[in-house]
Amino acid sequence: MIYDVVVIGGGPAGLAAAIKAHEEGGKVLILEQAEYLGGILQQCIHPGFGIHYLGEDLTGPEFASLFIEKVRSLNIPYILSAHVMKIEIMLPLAKKIQLIAPKGTKDIETKAIVYTAGAREKHGFEIGITGDRVSGIYTAGEAQSLMDLYGVMPGKRVLIVGSGDVGLIMARRLSLEGARVVGVVELMPYPGGLARNLVILRDFNIPLYLSHRVLEVHGRGRVERVKMARVNSKGKTIPGTERWIECDTLLISAGLVPDVRVLESLGIRIDPSTGGPVVNEFLETTAPGVFVAGNSLVINDLVDYAVEQGERAGMQAVRYAKNGGLPSMNWIPVEKGGNVRCVIPHYINGENEVILYLRARKPVKDATLVTGKKMHKIPVVTPAEMLRVKIKKEDITRPFKVEVSP
Amino acid sequence: MSIRVTIVGGGIVGASIARVLSRYENLKVHIIEKMSDVGWGVSKANTALIHGGYDDDPQKYPLRASLCVKGNRLWQKWVKDLEIPHVWSGALIIALQNEDIKHLSTLLERGIRNGVPEMRLVEKEELQALQPGIASEATGALYVPTVGQIASPRATVAIIENAVKNGVKIHLETEVQGIKVSDGEVKGIQTPRGFMESDVVINAAGLYADEISRMVGLDYFTLRPRKGEYLIYRHGIPGPTRVLFPTPTPKSKGIIVTTEVGGHLMIGPNAQDMERDEKDNLATTEEGLKEVLQGARKLWPGIPDRGVIRTFAGLRPEPPNGDFIIRAEEVWGFINVAGIRSPGLTSAPAIGYFVRDILRRDLGLKLVPKRRWYPRRRDITRIAAIPDAQRDRKIRARSEYGQVICRCNHITKGEILDAVERMKYINVKTPSIDSVKFRTGATSGECQGSFCMVRIAMLLAQEYGVPLWNVTLKGPGSELGIGDINSLRREKK
Repeated sequence: MIYDVVVIGGGPAGLAAAIKAHEEGGKVLILEQAEYLGGILQQCIHPGFGIHYLGEDLTGPEFASLFIEKVRSLNIPYILSAHVMKIEIMLPLAKKIQLIAPKGTKDIETKAIVYTAGAREKHGFEIGITGDRVSGIYTAGEAQSLMDLYGVMPGKRVLIVGSGDVGLIMARRLSLEGARVVGVVELMPYPGGLARNLVILRDFNIPLYLSHRVLEVHGRGRVERVKMARVNSKGKTIPGTERWIECDTLLISAGLVPDVRVLESLGIRIDPSTGGPVVNEFLETTAPGVFVAGNSLVINDLVDYAVEQGERAGMQAVRYAKNGGLPSMNWIPVEKGGNVRCVIPHYINGENEVILYLRARKPVKDATLVTGKKMHKIPVVTPAEMLRVKIKKEDITRPFKVEVSP
Repeated sequence: MSIRVTIVGGGIVGASIARVLSRYENLKVHIIEKMSDVGWGVSKANTALIHGGYDDDPQKYPLRASLCVKGNRLWQKWVKDLEIPHVWSGALIIALQNEDIKHLSTLLERGIRNGVPEMRLVEKEELQALQPGIASEATGALYVPTVGQIASPRATVAIIENAVKNGVKIHLETEVQGIKVSDGEVKGIQTPRGFMESDVVINAAGLYADEISRMVGLDYFTLRPRKGEYLIYRHGIPGPTRVLFPTPTPKSKGIIVTTEVGGHLMIGPNAQDMERDEKDNLATTEEGLKEVLQGARKLWPGIPDRGVIRTFAGLRPEPPNGDFIIRAEEVWGFINVAGIRSPGLTSAPAIGYFVRDILRRDLGLKLVPKRRWYPRRRDITRIAAIPDAQRDRKIRARSEYGQVICRCNHITKGEILDAVERMKYINVKTPSIDSVKFRTGATSGECQGSFCMVRIAMLLAQEYGVPLWNVTLKGPGSELGIGDINSLRREKK
């Protein structure tokens, strides 16, 4: 059996890709690492999913179940607890995926791959927290899975590192269950979460420490106190501003990193600014027939975007499989101008309407987003909120530069 | 008549002594360990090197000098018999300045005197060929092909399992409260779990060996903890193919750069002398880690600013005169094995035999070899590391071997369940993540457990029949939760 498209990762992006690829007439298989489909959505029991894509406000599991039911009703095959050991590209139309799965090892052959394995969380060691290694230090996702998949209360007095969405949502979750969140510590001079999540801090009376970082943990078996300090504009600790905060739990919500180790081992080019692969507007990587979507491509704020990318990648993967490759093109690189931290895709062709996803470096009020010759007025731009813009074919220029200016 | 031998301390040294003594019919060997698993003290956090034996001056440190070389030879057999993960990569001791070269010649001569085989000096050109990527300032090196690396906490586990198989009894979470001596002879050990009659007490208590020694009135030495900090990098950041040392100073072998057994670039340690009462201070420090990075870059300039996945600190028990203290004391039956600092891991198997010889020579005990002694121990099968056909057979026999839990290191549910079985085999009472980690490698990859830790905890909870929140990170006092999800709201009502 040779598949047209194998989707690696059965989260929202992967499910959307598989459904789209199936609808386009492709022979599709989904591989999922966990024992269930739906990915990280299954532990996100809060609402806020699907507002853009469906015009409905759903919880994570509700949103996931819509896609899972669709996959089942279309009879798209999937393998659970399927761990990808290795991908081998033997020919442009022959890719071998080596699996470990409960039914044995398996080599799966496919023409195209859509890689949607998601992201992993940055942990305390990566953000330079020193001190004792004790229990009570969790990534936000770990705490979320402890609480909402396994029904365990991780602690009583919690300090949260990072004011991104996951950290804020966990602040609310912990507060609702009776824990005291003693603060949220943010390295940057502005908060990292979406505006709709920042109200959580006010709702539960949680102090936000901007331009601060956590330095050190102290404890014997468990966290007893945590040292934090103010930082200057370069992120360096300002001496004399250190202070200890009593708590028994330290939650790390310092951002996500696309999980692309399998792709790296294929020699696929990675963009340091997104942590994900370099792609063209078909979301195809530098390896022909390997497409990427969702948080493996770029860290998205909204599941809606992950789904949109999944659909695009799924559609193009079938086109690749059916036509023996995608047409050769004279690609236009998307250049990053002022105040643009990252932008997806990296190459566009000027023959289609294209969606750009980008993030600014610094917050700007009354901003102008310049894409090629076109200007878009945006009231507030913050690094926390990913910008998504549709560019019409006629507005694409060569060269093509993207810039956020005041 | 059988002789009751109690070893205080289930670290690499206690374990090695127990394994050697388990060969004899007339010894009843017990190990007592205060922590909830073996190998969690000094043996856990160190550079995990099997040293060559050139560094120890035989005039100043005769025990270190002779036991290190013997230990290296013994490890080459023990890693095979006990299936301990290892790589024998060899080492390069790097000269960065002209006076270093002179020092390397001294080390070569010392190595020759200590009986270290296959060493030689290497000039700049050959060095660059032997180790591409090395600092261009390196002017030469001493090449020591016999230096190896092992997975050190796993080594203690392996040795203990083999010792237990050969009849050694192990008592975890058992602290020594006192040692009874009468008529100048050891009688036994008082513990919270009762009095253990003993004819021989071997003090292998690591950092706390001075305190154990004081319990029989011997206070002629004091151990000072010396802290060393380390950094480990993600896969994909290149490390050297050989262990790189700077030219040593009188105090330490210096900050080394290596690709450890798991394949990650590892650098460290620095050497920070601590106060006597800081024997549990395993905290990493910003300054210390900075010092390690700066030191390591002198040898291996390509280390990036990003890519650290783990930092840790270990403590070494520094004896007053620098040499190991291994001797039968005037209290009959009491043997000190103390101050086992570097190269303690390397020396451990040789210390086992040395202690056996003390039993024979100094205590005059006649040891009767067992007719049947099991030299081998099988490691947990690494599903990801075996050939495809064998892997497929394993999975078809037991589907848990086909369910990967630790994504980073490809470790399956079956391997984790095997680890739990091994924990129970040596009477680990408190389920902990670290016990699984040091038997399988799970949670030690790039994500540091953020994907798998909770799932491993769930397996431990099921297998030990405890609620998930009572599973610990590293023994009692490090429980993962405070209760079920409703516990705080219940409390408030």
